[in-house]
Amino acid sequence: MFGRLSLSAIPFDYHITMIAVGGSILLGLAILALITYYGKWTYLWKEWLTSVDHKKIGIMYIILALVMLLRGFSDAILMRSQQAIAAGTSQGFLTPDHFNQIFSAHGTIMIVFMAMPFLVGLMNIAVPQQIGARDVAFPFMNSLSLWLTAAGALLVMVSLGLGEFSKAGWSGYAPLTELKYSPGTGTDYWIWAFQIAGIGSLLTSINFLVTIIKMRAPGMSLMRMPIFVWTASATILLMLFAFPVLTAALAMLTLDRYLGMHFFTNSLGGNMMMYVNLFWMWGHPEVYIVILPAFGIFSEVVATFSGKRLFGYTSMVWATAAIMILSFVVWLHHFFTMGASPDVNVFFGITTMMIAVPTGVKVFNWLFTMYRGRIRFTSPMYWTVGFIVTFVIGGMAGVLLASPPADYVLHNSLFLIAHFHNMLIPGALFGFFAGYTYWFPKAIGFRLNEEWGKRAFWCWIIGFYLAFMPLYVLGFMGMPRRMDHYANTAWHPLLLVAASGAGVILLGIFSQMVQLFVSIRERNTARDLTGDPWDGRTLEWATSSPPAVYNFARIPVVHDIDAFADMKEKGIVHQRPDRYHDIRMPKNTAKGFVIGALTFLFGFAMIWYIWWLAIVAAVGILITVIARAADDDTEYTIPAAEVEQIESRRYRETASTASSHLSGGENTPEPLPQV
Amino acid sequence: MNRAPITSAGAGSGSYKSYAAGFILSVVLTVIAFGLVMSGVLPRPAVLFGIFGAAVVQMLVHLHYFLHLNSSSENHWNVAALIFTILIMVIFVGGSIWIMYSLNYRMM
Amino acid sequence: MTTDASTIDSVRTEEIEHPDTIANQAFGFWLYLMSDLVLFATIFATFAVLRHNYAGGPTGKDLFHLPYVFGETMVLLFSSATYGLVVLAMRQGNKALVLRWLVVTFLLGLGFISMEINEFYHLILDGNGPGISGFLSAFFTLVGTHGTHVAFGLMWMAVMMGQIIAKGLTSPVQSRLLRLSMFWHFLDIVWIGVFTVVYLMGVM
Repeated sequence: MFGRLSLSAIPFDYHITMIAVGGSILLGLAILALITYYGKWTYLWKEWLTSVDHKKIGIMYIILALVMLLRGFSDAILMRSQQAIAAGTSQGFLTPDHFNQIFSAHGTIMIVFMAMPFLVGLMNIAVPQQIGARDVAFPFMNSLSLWLTAAGALLVMVSLGLGEFSKAGWSGYAPLTELKYSPGTGTDYWIWAFQIAGIGSLLTSINFLVTIIKMRAPGMSLMRMPIFVWTASATILLMLFAFPVLTAALAMLTLDRYLGMHFFTNSLGGNMMMYVNLFWMWGHPEVYIVILPAFGIFSEVVATFSGKRLFGYTSMVWATAAIMILSFVVWLHHFFTMGASPDVNVFFGITTMMIAVPTGVKVFNWLFTMYRGRIRFTSPMYWTVGFIVTFVIGGMAGVLLASPPADYVLHNSLFLIAHFHNMLIPGALFGFFAGYTYWFPKAIGFRLNEEWGKRAFWCWIIGFYLAFMPLYVLGFMGMPRRMDHYANTAWHPLLLVAASGAGVILLGIFSQMVQLFVSIRERNTARDLTGDPWDGRTLEWATSSPPAVYNFARIPVVHDIDAFADMKEKGIVHQRPDRYHDIRMPKNTAKGFVIGALTFLFGFAMIWYIWWLAIVAAVGILITVIARAADDDTEYTIPAAEVEQIESRRYRETASTASSHLSGGENTPEPLPQV
Repeated sequence: MNRAPITSAGAGSGSYKSYAAGFILSVVLTVIAFGLVMSGVLPRPAVLFGIFGAAVVQMLVHLHYFLHLNSSSENHWNVAALIFTILIMVIFVGGSIWIMYSLNYRMM
Repeated sequence: MTTDASTIDSVRTEEIEHPDTIANQAFGFWLYLMSDLVLFATIFATFAVLRHNYAGGPTGKDLFHLPYVFGETMVLLFSSATYGLVVLAMRQGNKALVLRWLVVTFLLGLGFISMEINEFYHLILDGNGPGISGFLSAFFTLVGTHGTHVAFGLMWMAVMMGQIIAKGLTSPVQSRLLRLSMFWHFLDIVWIGVFTVVYLMGVM
């Protein structure tokens, strides 16, 4: 009836885990109680859970990412603390079993359930507006992608209290992940969470590719798209072609575990190295999926806050395309040491080094954009400058690792860990934080508190240097990754420094939580009444903040790069159109949420071998999909009169702000620079 | 509810003739491929070349006669997507075979 | 000049105010098919790597019956052709003819799946199931993944038959039939790869 699930699945022995589980349950119950107390269930269901609006879906993705950031970071704090203590003869406070689950969860969560939702959320909020569209091409599929990702995240969270998580790292190498060596539920949790989230990502990529190719405003040729849309395009192309590889690889591992097949086993003709090959065939494009949107955000931020057009737009586009294409031919650098011949290693080493070149082009373009600009040091600019400086260090470490002989020494040492965190944190995460701050007023309607934002930045960047620079040194000193305890006490002092860095980052996260709290409390003083709080250059700043559900009452016509800056120069912003039209918008639907919930149940059932539940859930998914596919009544009309009402209200607000500008109001944007 | 037949969905349209031509060509190519292997008249390298050639041609036949892929501007994005996909497939399959062959030779 | 520009602008924006949903759906589906090609490519690559990993067990030469596979291939190819007739009937607005050819296509597809299940059944019964060796794991998975796709296509066909009976050849129904057409032809293209690489090369 319950498969292999029983009360012994609850990890009573792991005290820390039980505290975390208890805390999570209490927090969850508190949130449910608050929603009930304020009577918001109907509102939550109608306005958010069943929404197919890309703006709301984007916000929900980011909420998911921020929550999972906390979970992934708790894993990090535990690891840093353990390594700060477990020197010499000490075993620390975590058993090896527990430590292994922690680093596996940390990687899986941060990449799949923090970075991916964060970038998809930002793309959701910004891309349709930047291209002058009303929504994405497939709003229902958008909702479905969100709820599939959430289902995967929920599986990881549930693994904390029921069963265990994988001990085989976020990469899940065979044969360790085969049934023979990992018979428990851990690997299965990892497989299903990953697989389900992967399908969500694949659907997102199809959605956004059609949106960007087919739904751009008239006049917006490819070479007039905002640079964030270009990086989003490269990202989704990577997603479209890389994720099927992961789907297949995980499916084959699943077949090994569930049906006794021999794809990656170490007997009867399995080829374990093929797993590694397939995983990284996906895994390398994946890391570029994570970084490219951040590059796009930095480009937007740098141009806006330097008051200048981005330098070298064309070369930026070509650099992005080059990075995208090259990222498909470098994957072997993740396993130089697995034993391929020198010519194989050299080929991939060269392609890996080549990828640094277009990235360098981008760095120079950002610097040249800032040169002779009128720079406003808002917190997004802080994140950007911090990124430029720090990312370059990590990039150089990458070029070093790209050389196979060097990699033979450094592979799987802390040098590698320092390198990729150097890419992910000051690279991807700072970019996402910059984007979060930059687009927050657009999505929510008021700006985030700048003071706390800057404090957060300083804590994060100082914390990062403290936490990861020692790891470069430790890598050279020979310390391997994933060690729960170590005999060599010479490593201890540096690990203490690293632990202090984690503590400083914790202060940064705390600052961001305070920032949110303070911003909400003071929202009326920081309201964005014009829709353009930063004197922006791209079309999303033409809508109100938050935008009407349809974004644009009339789809704008584009004449140049930086379409909105162009409109401002021509003085045609906020021109009232001669007449309004009826607007067709997609209806909300519960089916995305329902399929997500059923998919969670399916995954859970497969993990615990509850076959009847798996079948019921699968049939339920099929029925819901067919029901949705048969539904022809998926849109509703907003009558022109209502559109006019909404727009008039908006113009009144904007006009009142304009008049307060003359008297030096708080929302006064910077005057346009003389170009 | 619109009941008019939709004439385009991004790809071109067919006709009885084109479907018949595609079908007959496909049968012929399939017979050639199976025949080459089952008869055993040609040496192995020639057979390999033959069946792969027949497969590629038959795929192109399907793409043109059944999926109506052509060089018209209407479906240039479809063609572009297909070409890029084929490139990726070549890189992934070819790369995997090269890498795994090297690993197998040295490590197994 | 300004007046002209705004008139041109409003004419163009009239078109763009209503996105071409049907074209978008077709293009989106095409992109899904591209991702599916990469999925199959991955399984093909795995098959290529594992194709000689017999683990002391049977080889392709021992197990495959080419005349049988030829029969399967013809059945599937026929069904591709009959689906073409479905689309032609649809363009003529002939609901009864559409249904007739859909039923024929469905039966042919069902025939293909039955032949495949029959082959799998006998292999497993003889003790040559997918758990015997890497080669057989790859064989069953590659052929089986294609077969699973075909099965979903058959389910889709059944749903479409229901929709045509219930709603007639409405615009959304036609759009779905066209996407199913892409799917069905795509599966036949993948099958060309399967019979060439797995069966023809497997017995050589």
